[in-house]
Amino acid sequence: MPRIVVDVMPKPEILDPQGKAIVGALPRLGFTSFSSVRQGKRFELTVDGEVTDAILAQAREAAETLLSNPVIEDVVNVEVVEA
Amino acid sequence: MTELPLIGEAIAVAAEPRLAGAKIGVVTFPGTLDDRDAARAVRLAGGTAVPLWHADTNLGDVDAVVIPGGFSYGDYLRAGAIARFAPLMSKIIDAANSDAKLPVLGICNGFQILTESHLLPGSMIKNDHLKFMCRDQVLRVENSNTAWTLDYEAGQEITVPLKNQDGQYIANEKVLDALEAEGRVVFRYVGFNPNGSRRDIAGISNAAGNVVGLMPHPEHAVEAGFGPQSLDGVGSSDTDGLGFFTSVLNKIVGGSK
Repeated sequence: MPRIVVDVMPKPEILDPQGKAIVGALPRLGFTSFSSVRQGKRFELTVDGEVTDAILAQAREAAETLLSNPVIEDVVNVEVVEA
Repeated sequence: MTELPLIGEAIAVAAEPRLAGAKIGVVTFPGTLDDRDAARAVRLAGGTAVPLWHADTNLGDVDAVVIPGGFSYGDYLRAGAIARFAPLMSKIIDAANSDAKLPVLGICNGFQILTESHLLPGSMIKNDHLKFMCRDQVLRVENSNTAWTLDYEAGQEITVPLKNQDGQYIANEKVLDALEAEGRVVFRYVGFNPNGSRRDIAGISNAAGNVVGLMPHPEHAVEAGFGPQSLDGVGSSDTDGLGFFTSVLNKIVGGSK
């Protein structure tokens, strides 16, 4: 069954405290090449049947209204993935 | 419903009988923690507390609403994000924005729900130090003209408990400037910013002043012997939070200033 994947990231101008903690932990494991980490969210919306334009539009609307908070987050990607 | 004090005669103020007619709804979501404390605070202040359930589709005849703290829906997705779409919330949003200007107080998770509902601007993200923090916190009342702060003096410092993980208030500079210019920063952290909130903001209001949200917990500082002790020995007491509730009750019955 096809899925619609929605990726949400904290806005670039907003400090991401979780990403900051992760970038602090990486060197402890020997991963010294990464100067910054930002942590986002991935949602997978399963669709029973074909993903029509209307269903994709619904997913975009859900992404903007519920899955993300536009004050602090951006929806950076909405795409269809065939199972 | 009568509420016996937990200790002796330790009710902080003699509640005025005339306030008992004012009904304050206290909303419970799955995962709410502080609804009983909020209802108790309403009763200790002299009002009548009315339990409301998130799935209710009407507000009944309440005169004001408290959205208490806790972890509604386990803070899943974002703190307050799922609670915001509960059936009762749409009624609260409509009533808060109506001409009647229903007074609404959001405490902690309730504040997060109010920002997710767009009743208040900005948002909360994780504390800058990433830890859950629980402490007695000094606040300065910056605006004593909101429905929930009428019984305080502008500039008054109060001490109430603070306990949160996602308490860092953020908004863009334009919104912050507007909040400052319009006197909508209602509470500021004093002495110590416990979570990295922009401009030490602890609580804000909407333009009309009927909707107020803050991260610290006034409902935990309403009873002598059970609130924060004075941090510095002067100026603070165990019952600094009671004024939130007496403010709105007096406003409803048409007293106070």
